[in-house]
Amino acid sequence: MIRPHDSVIVHTLARVFTPIIQLFALYVLIHGHDSPGGGFQAGTLFAASVILPVIAFGIQGSLAVLERRAIILGAVGILLYAGIGLLPLILGGEFLNYGELPIPGMETSTRRHWGILGIETGVTLTVAATAVSIYYSLRERGEEEEK
Amino acid sequence: MADILLYRPHFVAFIILFLLGMYIMVVCLNLVKKLIGMYIMQTSIILFFITLAVKEEGTIPILMPSALALPPEAYANPLPHVLMLTAIVVGVSTLGVSLAMVIALYRKYDTLEEDQILEKIQ
Amino acid sequence: MTLFDDYLLLLLSVVTALGAVFVRDLLSGVLTLAAYSFFLALLWAGLGAVDVAFTEAVVGAGLSTLFFLVALFLTSHQEEVRKRLQVRMVTLGGLGVLGFLLLFGSVDLPVVGDPESLPSKHVSSHYLRKSLEETGTPNVVTAVLADYRGFDTLGETTVIFTAGIGCWMLLRRRDDSAT
Repeated sequence: MIRPHDSVIVHTLARVFTPIIQLFALYVLIHGHDSPGGGFQAGTLFAASVILPVIAFGIQGSLAVLERRAIILGAVGILLYAGIGLLPLILGGEFLNYGELPIPGMETSTRRHWGILGIETGVTLTVAATAVSIYYSLRERGEEEEK
Repeated sequence: MADILLYRPHFVAFIILFLLGMYIMVVCLNLVKKLIGMYIMQTSIILFFITLAVKEEGTIPILMPSALALPPEAYANPLPHVLMLTAIVVGVSTLGVSLAMVIALYRKYDTLEEDQILEKIQ
Repeated sequence: MTLFDDYLLLLLSVVTALGAVFVRDLLSGVLTLAAYSFFLALLWAGLGAVDVAFTEAVVGAGLSTLFFLVALFLTSHQEEVRKRLQVRMVTLGGLGVLGFLLLFGSVDLPVVGDPESLPSKHVSSHYLRKSLEETGTPNVVTAVLADYRGFDTLGETTVIFTAGIGCWMLLRRRDDSAT
């Protein structure tokens, strides 16, 4: 359990900034094609938008369960990445060759475009979940000493 | 050798930062200080690779639409950028695991200085 | 970006790095390290590496500073200064030799900004020419990271996931029977 912060300024700022950071993270992920951005930056911004309200408002309840859930989410991200890579292998192409994905009615370059978006989503999920779980691990060991 | 300082200051800065990081890792006994030195070493190497990818009169490696296509000499070299993205992320993962080890050591031996920890182990 | 801007940002980076290591209090050192990260990110954005600058500003100056601060608040943040003159002299001597060798070797490196230098030939020009028609992605760094070199990115994601598992296993309590 993490104790909430006792300053009103921190509470108000966390309330205002958390949705803004999440929206910006989603923007960076989706616009990774046309402007600087991509999976890693978006994942870290998502992690920041989770850690900020945790610092401000605290968590009631055990951190070990939340850590385990965060690590399971990270594994789902990698499975998404490897799954999108394995699908062309099963259908007769090569591993990670998005041109052979089974989406009907598109030419090869557009299939690659959607394949890139899919794996960037997997990377974002893994990076966000891992950053949050590392924060919980580092914090958990400290909080138990202060009781 | 004087033209290095005048026309390529990036290499001189890289050498200074790299040696500074290495000096801190060897000399300082505090564990968190050593991690600060490791971080400075990693970012100095990233500076070196980015310097190799710069092109004069070159812009960022985001292509213009195909109606206004420019030749490849007009864009900065994107391959070192990709390698350095991986390097930054792997560097921060290593930092996370090292800090976890430092906290575990502090909980057990109650100090962060390397020679005191070595004494307490024996 | 002119050479004067490069000089200024390089000088500021070196000065903040020196400041981060030569303060006594570790908390100030870590916050100066965040300033060093931001100066480096500005320098790289000026040199044309915008994706790397964005990642360094978010991951390097944001996430690693957060981890350092959490670790420092759980342990102590004073450093005891020891003299150790002999070790310092030997290290300075050895690093001086290494620095001289590196400086001597850097004469043969290509001139900064040369468009005909060897790293820019072969595969890199192919990626820059064909990325839009083969993948439909104007951002060449994302195309190379996710499509042409997608296998490396899979390995990198596995590395960061392994770091998460490693931290979890290092810091759980002895009597945590739910795991």
